[in-house]
Amino acid sequence: MLPVVDPPQRDAYATPKIDAAVAARWLVAFLRDECIGRRGIKNAVIGLSGGVDSAVTAYLCARALGPQNVHLIRMPYRLSSPASLEDAQLVIDALGAAGHTVDISAAVDGYLQYEPDADPRRRGNVLARTRMLVLFDQSVKFAALPIGTGNKTERLLGYFTWHADDTPPINPLGDLLKTQVWELARYLGVPTPIIEKAPSADLEANQTDEGDLGIRYPRADAILSSMLLGYRHEQLVARGFDAAEVTLVRGRVDGTHWKRHLPTTAMLTDTAINEFYLRPVDY
Amino acid sequence: MQSDSQAAPARIALVQSKPRKGAYVENLAALRAVFAQLAALDAPPQLLVLPEAALTGYFLEGAVYESARSAERFGHELSSLWRDVAGQRPVEIVAGFYEVDNGSYYNSAIWLALDERETRILHVHRKLFLPTYGVFDEERFLSRGNRVQVFESPLLGATALLICEDVWHSMVPTIAALKGARSIVVPSAAPGRGIDGEGELVSVARWRELLRGIAMEHGCFVLYAGLAGFEGGKGMTGSSCAIGPDGTMLVQADADDACIVRAEIFLDDVEIARANLPLLGDLRAVLPDLLSDEELPRLRGRDDASGC
Repeated sequence: MLPVVDPPQRDAYATPKIDAAVAARWLVAFLRDECIGRRGIKNAVIGLSGGVDSAVTAYLCARALGPQNVHLIRMPYRLSSPASLEDAQLVIDALGAAGHTVDISAAVDGYLQYEPDADPRRRGNVLARTRMLVLFDQSVKFAALPIGTGNKTERLLGYFTWHADDTPPINPLGDLLKTQVWELARYLGVPTPIIEKAPSADLEANQTDEGDLGIRYPRADAILSSMLLGYRHEQLVARGFDAAEVTLVRGRVDGTHWKRHLPTTAMLTDTAINEFYLRPVDY
Repeated sequence: MQSDSQAAPARIALVQSKPRKGAYVENLAALRAVFAQLAALDAPPQLLVLPEAALTGYFLEGAVYESARSAERFGHELSSLWRDVAGQRPVEIVAGFYEVDNGSYYNSAIWLALDERETRILHVHRKLFLPTYGVFDEERFLSRGNRVQVFESPLLGATALLICEDVWHSMVPTIAALKGARSIVVPSAAPGRGIDGEGELVSVARWRELLRGIAMEHGCFVLYAGLAGFEGGKGMTGSSCAIGPDGTMLVQADADDACIVRAEIFLDDVEIARANLPLLGDLRAVLPDLLSDEELPRLRGRDDASGC
């Protein structure tokens, strides 16, 4: 009998790999180029939620710009989890960056008092947009560039507030899936409680991302990785993915293409911006 | 062009054989046991790929004339062996052999398709590039083939069969891909050399880089079956492997012993790979300009081409 050499067990749901050291080095170079090289801005402001995405962004910015040039803004609402504030403080302490706290309760409630019937979704969007308003104003105050923290998974699934979370002019994590952000966080030394806790937008009590999405991040990331290469539904199922999960993920992606674009502008002339009149973003 | 989705992967077995030099009958008997082993698997392979000179060994020198067979005879011997142990179970078999045809000798590989009713020789490829330098001396004993052909495998669809040095000339797999090949199957016998590599012989690493490059450039599967065992001090480097059309190494054997390498492949990965890296389509567009370059060697007229 000849020995049999088999390929590694096929696992459709295997976590998409990254080399965290390479990714970190590349993202630090990106941040230096965008902030200092392209714009001549030495400082960054980051909305620090207590979650892993903003923590990783803070660690990368501290490496790229120096922790003394990184302003980490905590923006709690009166119903936010106290644990989020505490986790954010772990990052501020670990990095030695400047920490600031801006309570958005008065601003949010100042508007929502006129909208008592607003459902949780509307209230969540008001929180997110208020935080971005604060972040951009703080960026002027500190002569800093606002840095986005959204990851690829939430961008693809449309799990963000349009023109809020996605507003900053640069985004180091936007091409990293959530599971890859976790791996990068471990490499960078982000405090373990932040990596291991259930991801949450913290817009409502006991809210979790995975509860909202209806799928675990590792499973969504595995499906997205193959789906983005061009595999169709039946091809994904043939490769071992659960049909219902594929349907769920594809439905979210297909239903949110608009959220990953600028507003649709009616074209009326042959000099329409970004249609006829085309210039690169860094021109 | 195959584009329909594939419900289940194609099951491949690369048989990394280690024949005794020139002992064709003995090696055929050993292959019978391998066939029986494969046929008894829960999910028997649908395609078996054996190396170059799989049943005789590679360095035969003048003994090539004693070991050579006609394609028909070799195909009959292989198919009879399979039917003896597996009955009418369908299978495709690829194997390298020294071929004699009307007094000319070739380093060839045969592709057989066996179904419930019949055995067909789908293709015989005659090695184009006969290494005759350094340790090699093929052209002293053998004639060259002169065509790259793409044929339809029931399992793999449009396929090319190339042998060893054929794929070291980037033009050859390129022609295969341009003619429609979605898989390139490579029986080989590669004597190992180079001890200044990292953890493996330099020649093993070079082969892997070469095969991965072919797969990636053309968006095709590459299935490589390497001969194993020492022949007069020259160690054949096995390393049979299956590579996906994005260049991913799906599975690879060690260099130094006989074994069976199994792979399961989704053929519609080809469409995905070519959509994401459309180099082959780009080449099709530019190729006429490249070939009309007057500085290139002149093409032979059809009348000049020697028959196969």
